[in-house]
Amino acid sequence: MTGAPVSAPLALGALPEPRPGRLFLGQLRRDLALAVRQPAEIANPLAFFVLVITLFPLGVSPERETLAPLAPGVLWIAALLATLLGLEALFRRDRDDGTLEQLVLRAQPLYLAVLARMLAHWLVTGLPLTLLAPVLGGLLALPAEARWPLTAGLALGTPILVLLGGVGAALTVGLRAGGLLLALLILPLYVPVLILGVSAAELAVVRIDVAGVLAWLGAGLALAVTAAPFAIAGALRIGVEAG
Amino acid sequence: MKIPEFLRRLWHRLGSPRWFYETTASWLPWFAVLGGLLVGTGTVWGLAFAPPDYLQGNSFRIIYVHVPSAILAQSCYLLMAVCGVVLLVWRMKLADMVLAAAAPVGASFTFLALATGSIWGRPTWGTWWEWDARVTSMLILLFLYFGLIGLRRAIERPESAGRACAILAIVGVINIPIIKYSVDWWLTLHQPSTFTLTEKPAMPASMWVPLLLNVIGFYLLFGLMVLQRARVEILERERRTQWVQALTARLTGAPLPDGDGAEQAA
Repeated sequence: MTGAPVSAPLALGALPEPRPGRLFLGQLRRDLALAVRQPAEIANPLAFFVLVITLFPLGVSPERETLAPLAPGVLWIAALLATLLGLEALFRRDRDDGTLEQLVLRAQPLYLAVLARMLAHWLVTGLPLTLLAPVLGGLLALPAEARWPLTAGLALGTPILVLLGGVGAALTVGLRAGGLLLALLILPLYVPVLILGVSAAELAVVRIDVAGVLAWLGAGLALAVTAAPFAIAGALRIGVEAG
Repeated sequence: MKIPEFLRRLWHRLGSPRWFYETTASWLPWFAVLGGLLVGTGTVWGLAFAPPDYLQGNSFRIIYVHVPSAILAQSCYLLMAVCGVVLLVWRMKLADMVLAAAAPVGASFTFLALATGSIWGRPTWGTWWEWDARVTSMLILLFLYFGLIGLRRAIERPESAGRACAILAIVGVINIPIIKYSVDWWLTLHQPSTFTLTEKPAMPASMWVPLLLNVIGFYLLFGLMVLQRARVEILERERRTQWVQALTARLTGAPLPDGDGAEQAA
């Protein structure tokens, strides 16, 4: 390093500072493009979701009377496991090719990049699950009055699952036995979402107003959106340092 | 706000694991003797001399173990979250050592609370396991402890493991009230009618004084366990420093290894 004249350090300051909004959109576009080019990564959790739901009538009973009361719980647990399945790959590729390191080193807040990453992940996993749920509810004899509360619950709940799961995925990024550990770290934290989501559907069946439950899920989502990216960003920094 | 001088000095001293190790050596007997006396008195009093409950007879006596364990199970998680904040904000090594030391102890108390609760449930509710709100929250707490222990085991570099555990402990402590609330609420939806336990009558002093003694005693014994484990953790992590090598040399009578292993404490 001696001898050569110290050139002006790569003039980061001279580059135009991307505005937060553009940064967010750019990250989102990149992550969506990557996801679309790996259709298997989108399709596998969905196929898993459909398969688990197909197994239930086979394992429990095909009778409508038996299936109907189980349907909200089965749909939610299947959605939860499908989300969990997709989480392991959330940061893996970015870590392996060094993108993650660049994100951490970048001067712009990691928070925004993480938020965009999570949104992209939800758009390709949580959203399709939510849209499929009313259809699959039909397979499980889900009562008609529970269909929309269940879907609304999933629409609000799956982003929470993705965000909380992101914390676990970031903490276990780069660990060899990450998958099982991830389940152990994250599933206990999913309990409130599961309870509220299933209750929305169950309350609708007995014709109780579900707005309150959905409002709670919304509150949870607001908390998760504001707080979880900080934890994810912190965990990613640790993961990069450890790597 | 003015921070008292002695607190400020204590805070700075806590930055040195060596100071902590040497200072706490004299605390251990106090924790052991006081904790042992309190738990001994409370337990003998509670098991042999407190009057039986008019509804539950003698089976209520398990509360003298159950309640302190349950309280500690939760306090311990809170302690770990506080250590987590201290570690992330001030990068205090000692906080990580206490965090590492406390997790298995907390998990044990959680398990003890669940096990004693289950044994108590058998004669009282007529079943070993009931999806009661507090039982369910405790079970989830146990899984949170397992997660923390598992995460620490999985990450090889101790510094990274410590900070990852700190984040997880903080996320967990934010979630515990939410989990507790949601489980309570879930049970009001599904409350089985068979086991409505009537509100317990206010306890007479002869029942609650031994319980109080046991709670304080359990805290002291918990302190003893965490201190002892933290001290071992300190020795292990600082094993390359001169003071630990001098200490082991003094204890074992072995000569000091020359130079290369003994680095200065970073």
